[in-house]
Amino acid sequence: MTMATVNETLTTARGNRRKLGRDLAGLSVILGLAVTGYLLFPNNLALLTRMTAIALLVLSLDLVTGYCGVATLGHAALFGTGAYAAGIAAVHFGITDPLLMLACGILGGVVAGLLCGAVILRAHGLPQLVLSIALIHLFHEFANKAASWTGGSDGLAGIAPDPLLGFFAFDLWGRTAYVFGIVLLAVVFTLLRLVVRSPFGMLCRGIKEDPIRIRAMGASPKVTLVKMYMISGAVAGAGGALNAISTQVVGLDSLSFTLSAESLVMLVLGGTGSLFGALTGTIVFMFFEDIVSAANPFHWLTMVGALLIAVVLFAPKGLYGTIAAVAARWREARR
Amino acid sequence: MSAIFEVRNLKRSFGGLAVTNDVSLAMAPGDRVALIGPNGAGKTTFVNLVTGNLTPDSGEVRIGGEDITRVNAMGRVRRGLVRSFQVTRLFQDMTPAEHVALAILQRGGRAGRLFGNYLAMPEVMAEVSDLIGKLGLRDQMHRRVREIAYGQQRLLEIAVALALRPRVLLLDEPAAGVPQSDTGRIEQALADLPPDLAVLMIEHDMDLVFRFARRVIVLAAGTIIFDGSPSDVTKDPRVREAYLGSYANAGHAA
Ligand SMILES: Nc1ncnc2c1ncn2[C@@H]1O[C@H](COP(=O)(O)OP(=O)(O)OP(=O)(O)O)[C@@H](O)[C@H]1O
Ligand SMILES: [Mg+2]
Repeated sequence: MTMATVNETLTTARGNRRKLGRDLAGLSVILGLAVTGYLLFPNNLALLTRMTAIALLVLSLDLVTGYCGVATLGHAALFGTGAYAAGIAAVHFGITDPLLMLACGILGGVVAGLLCGAVILRAHGLPQLVLSIALIHLFHEFANKAASWTGGSDGLAGIAPDPLLGFFAFDLWGRTAYVFGIVLLAVVFTLLRLVVRSPFGMLCRGIKEDPIRIRAMGASPKVTLVKMYMISGAVAGAGGALNAISTQVVGLDSLSFTLSAESLVMLVLGGTGSLFGALTGTIVFMFFEDIVSAANPFHWLTMVGALLIAVVLFAPKGLYGTIAAVAARWREARR
Repeated sequence: MSAIFEVRNLKRSFGGLAVTNDVSLAMAPGDRVALIGPNGAGKTTFVNLVTGNLTPDSGEVRIGGEDITRVNAMGRVRRGLVRSFQVTRLFQDMTPAEHVALAILQRGGRAGRLFGNYLAMPEVMAEVSDLIGKLGLRDQMHRRVREIAYGQQRLLEIAVALALRPRVLLLDEPAAGVPQSDTGRIEQALADLPPDLAVLMIEHDMDLVFRFARRVIVLAAGTIIFDGSPSDVTKDPRVREAYLGSYANAGHAA
């Protein structure tokens, strides 16, 4: 081994250890917040579980928007399809095991991701955005019309999941659902951390910056992006299924333009292109939406609006992105 | 020797202007060809056409005897036809090591892997550090591209191309935009290219052309007006005229 190779091995080992450290830190933050939430709002676990489900949607959006640069205002199509898939499996097919329902939600999300990806990826920029809006309206209308399956505008009710693993019943206080949600989020987060820095993750970052360069390396941007859309569908579908299992109903709002737009707002608020950013945005937005709005029902939207404008104008990397950048500069200066 | 790369009667026009006008050429393994010509002669367009970035109006492109005229850009790379860009196209936030690793993984059909990291793949890292070392980028290997000098970025363009293990390499002005003081490293990299690789290099710097090429092709207004040895090219009256014409035009425009 030459001196240079030894040095390299050391550098990469150190880099790997730092990444592993950040993974563990991320996991502890999620679990720490989960425990804090549980202690602070023991009577509001339903809200915290919904936050977890939405966090999965925002993470999923981050995969295609933050990491691949796809513009979409229709991402709830993946989330809603997952929710309906889990709900319909339970109500119409008697699949009431929560893990099987989760699997149905994931599968539904993957199929919706494949479909949306195949359509949305045909265009770029503004036309792409318009296609995504058209898609979410189509999905919404379809669910509305297929009322015998989806319950239409009344929502799909009567979802009664079995106890988790045969032991833990979904209780009235939502404890089981909450723990289920947090574990699901932790697992997804860990898997995604691995995916975004895998060769596939590098390929996606490359495509976002310069698809022509990627093609000149012999890789197909289209195939890669469709694949990412399917992964994104799995994540959003898991979020939808979690929502269906925990609330035991699925409404048309889970397949709405509003939810799509809100998830984009959350992502931008927290910071695109980073999994931590997606989580931060979800927590901050939903904290305002539910907790500040309870205290001050008239002004919470004003406050969210003002915060969003401030972030976009003064911290375009988002709340997490900006803090991370400042921290990095600080670390650099200290060295 | 049989041709590894062959272009027959390639044509392409933009809005009535024939930018590539019936271009034919063939190259054998180990060839060192320089493609020269005045600004706007259609050199980059020629590369875009043969690599599948543009579609020709008519004509044929072959690699290793196989007709690839209808194969897309990705398929051509996988068959060993690789290019570099006149203006570097690199990922600003990635490191040279990541660029080269991505190319190596892609070549092996592993760039779509969802798990694992190239840093933990010893055989990939060995090749990365070997290639990076050969191009003198070792000190920059884990820095982000936006932080390294343009001359080093040009070397990285070459490293990425080589990591794809091409059979035919098309270099579009590999030294363009590099300060004179740094061209030596690039010239060394060109001299060190694998001997059996067929290389076609577009270049304006005639000193570099004469040192590198054993054959020179001159393109003017989309047509090949000279194809022969470097020693004959400056004597050719048509070449002189083409260059004089272009200078006259340039003078006119200014
Ligand atoms: N996509 C396009 N649409 C229209 N015209 C084009 C297009 N691409 C190239 N051209 C024209 O074709 C001509 C040849 O351009 P090209 O870039 O191939 O020249 P070049 O020989 O590489 O020049 P240079 O030495 O300046 O790089 C130019 O007149 C250019 O304006
Ligand atoms: Mg050119």
